[in-house]
Amino acid sequence: MTNLSVTVGSLRLENPIMPASGTFSEDLAKIFDIGVLGAHVTKTITRDIRGGNPTPRVCEVRGSMLNSIGIPSKGVDYFKSEVIPFYNQYDTPLVVSISAGSADEFARLCEDVSVPGVAAIEVNISCPNIEADGKAFAMRPSTTEEVMRKLRSATDLPLWAKLSPNTGETTEVALAAEGAGADALVVANTLLSMAIDIRSRKPKLGNLMGGLSGPGLKPITLRMTYQCAKAVDIPIIGCGGISTVEDVIEYLIAGASAVQVGTATFIRPTAMVQIIRDLAAYVESQGLASVSDLTGSIRDEEASDGIVFLEAAQ
Amino acid sequence: MTIDIGFKRIYETSCVVKSNMAINREYQLMVLDAPARILDCEPGQFFHLLCPSKGDLNPYFRRPMSIYGYYPDAGELHFLYKIAGEGTAALASLEPGENLNVVGPLGHGFEIRDDWQNLMVVARGVGLATLAPLALKAQQLGRKLTAICSARSPEVLMSIDHFRELGAKVIPVTDSEGTSSVQNLERLIEQQITNVGVDAFYTCGSSRILHLLQSMCARYDIPGQIALEQQMACGVGMCQCCVRSFRRNGGIVNERVCKEGPVFDLQEAIA
Repeated sequence: MTNLSVTVGSLRLENPIMPASGTFSEDLAKIFDIGVLGAHVTKTITRDIRGGNPTPRVCEVRGSMLNSIGIPSKGVDYFKSEVIPFYNQYDTPLVVSISAGSADEFARLCEDVSVPGVAAIEVNISCPNIEADGKAFAMRPSTTEEVMRKLRSATDLPLWAKLSPNTGETTEVALAAEGAGADALVVANTLLSMAIDIRSRKPKLGNLMGGLSGPGLKPITLRMTYQCAKAVDIPIIGCGGISTVEDVIEYLIAGASAVQVGTATFIRPTAMVQIIRDLAAYVESQGLASVSDLTGSIRDEEASDGIVFLEAAQ
Repeated sequence: MTIDIGFKRIYETSCVVKSNMAINREYQLMVLDAPARILDCEPGQFFHLLCPSKGDLNPYFRRPMSIYGYYPDAGELHFLYKIAGEGTAALASLEPGENLNVVGPLGHGFEIRDDWQNLMVVARGVGLATLAPLALKAQQLGRKLTAICSARSPEVLMSIDHFRELGAKVIPVTDSEGTSSVQNLERLIEQQITNVGVDAFYTCGSSRILHLLQSMCARYDIPGQIALEQQMACGVGMCQCCVRSFRRNGGIVNERVCKEGPVFDLQEAIA
């Protein structure tokens, strides 16, 4: 079998393909052997039991989707007693996604889930639905740094900071996360969006606005992956609109060390299995010694920092 | 390594369309050539269909579709549907010989308890399609089934021949004939309860019928089940988008239609 293994900081993954938080659960094990994945990433959990947002919670737009699920959570106790033991049946590293409304609460939860059986913690500092006005920690370098410092002192496990495409300060936020001790960046979460039914004139989501994901988001998060990879020395996990192996290769070339597949799993539950198979075929056909040879191999020649770190289209 | 997944497998499979045509002004019947492994279904379960992109039609999400019939011996999976939007329009464009990617079987179906001898179906419109496999199961189990089938007019009253073939007693009611009112339904159901007895009710597709059955089941202390719909994305329980509210233990709980449902206790359902 082709060796597809990669490393994300201190963590070794069998292959660079893992699910994006919120698009994966134990349920997928009914459809394929989830042991083939590079990592398992849980849906974001919160300390308390939460109900989630009003319906409709999703809608489709051309070739993509909007969601405003609202992080329904069964709480941290359920997570420890049920979820961790289920995933620990596999050798695959378990990445736990967490979120909270304040930096202190975030850090306490981080400490709580730093238990045996958890390989890394993905901190969802970017979910646009968490605060009523859509603002999140990852919108600004200052709030990113504050929360990441507290999180860093709360755990010795690898910390992955999930960034937001809603910020206009991508590289500054990435640098703030790195400076405060993040071990990797997940780039990125969904983009705040809206859709309206023109007949009823009502918003298509019960929560008015929600996050765009799917192929329509890919050029944006790919751009951010490139910018972050240029700016920081920690590994980048690309995320946004990946549905084929070509998408994966594009993210790797842009600078990602691994990727997360999200919305594609809703359309094709076995999408990640196909992508892993196709990636092995690609690595073999290209005669690559390692899949990580692709990481950051973009031929951007001598693009100036002024262009690389643009925050507006010209 | 042995993994205890603790549940039945779900398959993502490509099926060949055997036929796909209109059976009346409003409804289409699609027959798929399906492998035996996906035909171990329960009445009330559904499949998640990857509707094709054709011309101007580009549905993105899969569309959940309740099973109209599953026939392991013939290797066939049947869906009866109404063209209601982009997904079903794209589905209707499929020609025999083309492929359709399906995920399933999904969800929890209807229950027929051992001591339920006299079953009664009260359903309307396309909701009747969801209950057709229940009639087959009732026949196989040797239970008696009476079906009140409601529709706008006799021309679009579908499945009644199918129900009759499966040994059900059919009582058709329609808006155009003035027989589908709640008052008339109540009278018909009361007759059935008094003259024959009803051990369980099954319904789908109408809030009015739900309300009527909730009050009658409470009055006569008869259990009931309802198949419910909700917009879905993943269809297997991951995304949490298809929740509905239910009354339970004096409070309100949210459940996923795709995973905990689509069949729920009649009294817990909220229209």
